[in-house]
Amino acid sequence: MGMPISLHVRQGADTSAIAAAFAWLRRVDRMFSLHRPDSQVSELNRGVRALADCDPLMREVLDLCELARERTGGCFDALLPGPDGRVAFDPSGLVKGWAVERAGDLLTDRGVADFSLNAGGDIVLRVGAGLPRWRVGVEDPAAPERLCAVLELGDTAVATSGTARRGAHIVDPRTGRRIGGTVSVTVLGPSLTWADVYATAAVVRGPDDLDWLAAHPDHQALAVDGSGSIAATPGLHTLVRRR
Amino acid sequence: MRRITLAVVGTVAALVLLFSYRTSTGGSGGSAGTAPPGIVGPTGTGADPAATSAATVSVNGSVEDNGFGPVQVRIAVSAGRIVDVSTVSLPQDGHSQRINSYAVPLLRQEVLDAQSARVDTVTGATATSDAYLQSVQAALDAAHLGSGS
Repeated sequence: MGMPISLHVRQGADTSAIAAAFAWLRRVDRMFSLHRPDSQVSELNRGVRALADCDPLMREVLDLCELARERTGGCFDALLPGPDGRVAFDPSGLVKGWAVERAGDLLTDRGVADFSLNAGGDIVLRVGAGLPRWRVGVEDPAAPERLCAVLELGDTAVATSGTARRGAHIVDPRTGRRIGGTVSVTVLGPSLTWADVYATAAVVRGPDDLDWLAAHPDHQALAVDGSGSIAATPGLHTLVRRR
Repeated sequence: MRRITLAVVGTVAALVLLFSYRTSTGGSGGSAGTAPPGIVGPTGTGADPAATSAATVSVNGSVEDNGFGPVQVRIAVSAGRIVDVSTVSLPQDGHSQRINSYAVPLLRQEVLDAQSARVDTVTGATATSDAYLQSVQAALDAAHLGSGS
């Protein structure tokens, strides 16, 4: 399986900037994919490569994962026991958001001022001068073919974590148990890296506990449970457009 | 072809498979036929979009693998709106056939729903294992590419 990454540019499309962004994403995939036995992260986990022999980006991601563990009170943890019981470094919960944020920065740095970059539901948005805000549909976790809200968004990052699509794939690092039930949490913030980390942590904490996000005033969150009930941080109500 | 389209509509949609899983080869899969992604008839390549703006244009989504084989959808776009969704390729194994009889109508509804909601993009729990919806996203992207919206 793979993950689609789509880029929509409404103004100032520059093919060399777009090629650079996708080249970066492919490079990150080669380095950090656990599904590639020859990736640096796989070799690190097998003990055939030392951290010092990895690209400096590995150290950067390792440090970010540690920061994420601290900021979420342990609700995000990249060091988890694998199927064989050995602790493995699995940064994939952080790497995607980080890589896509950087890809967005690459576009911005090269003069692409308007884009929607969407990697499996994790999105970086930039709105060019004179253009309307992006309309982002939030899937209903109980019925992903339906949207439960539409957000009109400017320059921001959007990440959703949940149990809808892949079933119980999120593990509570504090207990080792998989998160059950049907729930999704969408987090908006200035950085996709952190929106993604906080969305995952919010699912672990439970959707009725969004108060801890108040410690991050630049962030907003929307939680949807299996019955379709929606909880949102106060600042988000102004962004929701009913269909 | 793409450069011409870009110049005309100022819109680009790109797609890449990333963080790839090795696909399951357990199913026989069969070799359902797939088609190159992008705009297909009736315009042919290099046609002037202005001349066909009122016509219905078909766009193939990218080919996605759902673990049992390739999945590809085709959408029909008329005047910048999606008017129909069909499948180009579905895996031949029994499992997919059972899923697909259910999933394809859903998928069709999703594209039409997303259209009616006038959304540019969609956020949801990571779609890594859901080839159907990935392919729909690809088709939506292709629609942006083809419609100039």
